[in-house]
Parts: sequence; structure tokens; C-alpha cells
Amino acid sequence: MTLTFQKKIKSALNFKKRRKLNRSKFGDISLFLLLLIFGTFSAYPLIMTVSNAFKSLDELFLFPPRLFPRNITFDNFRDLSELIGNSWIPFSRYFFNTILITLSGTIGHVLIASMCAYPLAKYKFPGRNLIFTLVVYSLMFAPQVTATPNYIIISRIGLIDTPLAIILPAIASSLGLYLMKQFMQQIPDELIESAKIDGASEYRIFFQIVMPLVKPAWLTLVILLFQRLWTTDGGSFIFSEELKPVSYALRQIAQGSIERAGTIAAVSFIMMIVPVTFFILSQSRIVETFSHSGMK
Amino acid sequence: MQAQLTQPTISKKTRRELLWREVKKHKHSYILMAPYVILFFTFTVIPVFMSLGISFTSFDLLQPPRYVGLDNYTKLLLDDDVFVIALKNTLILAVVTGPVSYLLAFVFAWLINELPPKLRAFMTLIFYAPSISGNAFLMWLIIFSGDIHGYLNAFLINAGIIDNPILWLKDTNYMIWVIIIVQLWLSLGVSFLAFIAGLQSVDKTLFEAGAIDGVKNRWQELWYITLPSMKPQLLFGAVMQITTSLAIAEVSMQLVGFPSVQYAGHTIVTHLIDFGSTRFELGYASAIATLLFLIMMGANLLVRSILRKVGE
Repeated sequence: MTLTFQKKIKSALNFKKRRKLNRSKFGDISLFLLLLIFGTFSAYPLIMTVSNAFKSLDELFLFPPRLFPRNITFDNFRDLSELIGNSWIPFSRYFFNTILITLSGTIGHVLIASMCAYPLAKYKFPGRNLIFTLVVYSLMFAPQVTATPNYIIISRIGLIDTPLAIILPAIASSLGLYLMKQFMQQIPDELIESAKIDGASEYRIFFQIVMPLVKPAWLTLVILLFQRLWTTDGGSFIFSEELKPVSYALRQIAQGSIERAGTIAAVSFIMMIVPVTFFILSQSRIVETFSHSGMK
Repeated sequence: MQAQLTQPTISKKTRRELLWREVKKHKHSYILMAPYVILFFTFTVIPVFMSLGISFTSFDLLQPPRYVGLDNYTKLLLDDDVFVIALKNTLILAVVTGPVSYLLAFVFAWLINELPPKLRAFMTLIFYAPSISGNAFLMWLIIFSGDIHGYLNAFLINAGIIDNPILWLKDTNYMIWVIIIVQLWLSLGVSFLAFIAGLQSVDKTLFEAGAIDGVKNRWQELWYITLPSMKPQLLFGAVMQITTSLAIAEVSMQLVGFPSVQYAGHTIVTHLIDFGSTRFELGYASAIATLLFLIMMGANLLVRSILRKVGE
């Protein structure tokens, strides 16, 4: 008896070694190589985007292309601001539009989707299953499907050519609601019950107990909506030049041949650096949210 | 089931009263949900039905819609040669990028999961960054550029593989492959994160138990322990990849142009954009949208029912 027990303890202590035993060295090396090759494939265009943004024109057309510029210049950014300076709308105006759309859309989405996610996650009431089923089904088709009716609805409400034409549909995005609801489900019911016994109202429970607990999910909703709104060009929903977002202006500039390679890289650099930085800062909490993303 | 059994004994009126009492009891829930639900119905649920309705009409926004029956559908399926090309391209793109991106997302998540935390975070960033980098995929315009300055052409010429530059973005033999490569590069998005998270939350004691029960290598561990315990994430990832792979448009429009040479990069969504936003034939565009909706739902529900059965 004692012998088998000792064995058990030993095997438990050896657990770490055992896990390693399930890994052959050959497998480790080949899988590592696989990661390296595909990692390079994934990173190469991004690294080139960053490096091209700081290259001078003659260095841009060198072959083989240098991974890192020898002479770092800000010429491309200067060219960019000159190109933009020639247009009759000041560049700051485009930036302001993008920031307005991105900020209000993101904040609105986090707040409004969370308000809806909380009852869906924690209460049973008539209509709950219907709404959640519709949300899950809406994940199964792309937003392009509803683009035409959306245009008609938005123009009938009278929101065409206002930032709201972009912001309101984005707030209703269903992926964020889905992830938030799944994440809220893991909040223990006892926490909500005890707050109720203490006399807190539903709204107070939501704002003071639930919302602080789901901060990781906020960050996820922020990055999902951010990437959608940050790069929006207004499409056919905004046509006034002074209301167009920055992505529209940048795209006009990027529409050139390879001679504009430096300017395009400068533009892409500006557009990618913001969401990527945000992701670097909040990565662990975003990943945490997705552990509850599962579907049945 | 129980509720159904007891129902016959309760009259219709009291049932309605009971329902009303339930609704009143959850007043707060409805108030909290109202803003989202209103927006969701306005911009997602109602448009699906509107799209179906408009697809039976001829409508250009200026004049009121005129009922034309199934005309749009018969024209689309029988007379529109470009739609046939778009449908073919969409299916090729979806059949390649859908499963491949799903597999890549899983395999990379699984490999990354073995790494020490700091390296793991770094590799996650490397693979996820393309999908959040906005316009950075335009870099591929330079890589695939048709002149000798394009990185790929320059590389192949220097290596002596080709003599003259290849017009990657204009030659119909290559266009669809360019779109596939760039789309795959962009495809490690939400489902990739879901897989990483799913792998991290697999109960570690299961591996211990598995090792005692005779799991010998990483492949057995993957098949018998890891995959079954992250099935919900796998289902979620499937939905994300299927929907994205059937909606490819932006990459095609930006890289090979809109319209592309001989429509070789034309997809259902670019066809929809053509009729919806450029020609303002909204009835016809809605017929395209409705078909696309049915294809997406069909593919998703089919794959979901298959995946649910796996391992049962």
C-alpha cells in the first residue's frame, strides 16, 4: 500500500518531467522551424511597412530591399504632410473626424453592449433566448449583406452625411455583445445576490459590481470596434469632404503607383501603429476574454 | 418539458397574466437591453428582411420600388455571366482560405502555447498584428508589383528563375492566388485569439491523467485531450472563419482593382457593391445580398452540425 502511494507521489512530483517526456526533441525542433518560417511570413510585410516609412527614395528602390534603413529620414512624412497641405481641408480636420467616430463609437459600444449582455448572461426572462439566438445567427453572415437596406434606413432617419451613420451601426455590432455576454456568465451569482440583499438596485449592481469585473472584456470590445472604426473611410454614408475620416484622405494619397511607395508606407505606418500599440498593452486581458468565447 | 405538461390546465388568460408578471418582474432587464436591441434590430435584423423584400422589386431610391417577382433572381442566375464568375471565385476563395486559415489559426495557437510566456506573447503579436494593422496589407502591392521593382519579381529575376517581370496583379492566372495569400496573411484574427485562450484554459490535470493512462506523444495528447476540451472555441472559430472567407472583397478591390482584369478577382461581395453602391440597382443588389446571406447561413449551419458531431 505504502509503496504504491509513494509511487503516486513520485509520479506527481515528476509531472513536469513527464510533460517534457511527451515531447520529442525532433518534434520540438521541426515545429520551432515551422513557427519561424511562418512568423517571418507574417512579420515581413509589417516590418517592411515600418522600415519603408523611414527610408529615403533611393533606398526604397534598392534590391534586395533593406530590412532596416541605413539612413533614417522623415522625408516620407514631410511629403505626406505636403500632399495633404495642398488639399483644401486641413489635415487636422480629417484626424478630428476619425477620432470623433472612433471614440464615440467605441465608448458607446462598450457601454450599450454591456448593458444588454448583463441581463442576457444573468437572468431568465421572456424573449431572452430569442434575442441571444438572433445575435448568434447574426455572427454567421457578414455586414455586407445588410449594406443596402442599411443605406435606405439611415437615409430615411436622416443620418446620411453625419458621423452617426457610421457610429450607430457599429455600436450594434454583435460580436462584441456575444463576447461580453459569454464573459459575464462566469461572474458568480452569489455576488449579485448578496448585493441585492444589501439593497443595491439593478442599475447600481450593473455599474458598480458587474462593469468593474469585466474590464478584460472591455478591452476586447475596444480593440474589435477600434479596428473597424479607425480604418473606416466613410464609404457612401459620408460624402461631405469636411466630415470624411483620415482613412479616406490617406487612401486618396495611397492611390498611386510604386513611386508613392514611401508615402504609402508612411500612411500605413500611422494607421497601424495605434491599434497595434493598444493590443501590445492589453494583450493578456484580451486573450483572457476569448477563453469564454466558446459556442455550443 | 414540464412547463408543457402543466400548460393545458392553465387557461389562456392566466397564462398571459403570468407572462406579463414575468415581464414586469424583469423590467430592469428590458430597460438595460433596450438601447442595444433597438439598434440591433434597426441595423441587422430588419435589414435582412428588407433585403429579402426589396429583392422582389426594381428600385433605384429615386422612384418607389416596383414589384417584379422573381425577375432579379432569374436574371442573376441565368443571364448574369459576371455573377457566375463572381460565384466561382467566391467559392474558390472560401474553400481555400476558410479551412486553411482555420487550420493555421489552430496550429499556430497550439505551437505558441508551448512557448515560455514572454515569447508566447511576442509570437501572438506577430501572428495577430496583420489583422489589426489597417491598410498595412497595401505593402503586398509593392511585393507583388508588376514591374522589376516589385520585391517578388526582383527576387525571382535575381535568382534567375524568370527573365521578365510577371504582372502578378493583372495576369488572370495569378490574381486569385495573390488574393488567397494576402487573405491568409490577414486571417489570424478573432478565432486565433479564441484558440490561444482555449488552449490556456484546458485543465492541466487532464494531461497528467492522460500521461498515466498511456498518452505517449504530443499528437495523442492533442487528439484525445486538447481538442475535445476546447470544442466550444473551435465552433466559435469556425463561424468566424467561414463568415470572413465568404465575404472577401476589400483585399481583392485594393490589390487587383475594381473591376479587376476579366473579373478574375470579382467576388459576390464586389458584385454586390457594384450594383448597390455604383449602379444603384438596389433590387438587383438585394437579390445578390439575399443569396449571399443564404450561402453564408447554409455553410455555417452545415459546418456547425458536422463539428458538433465530431467526438460524440
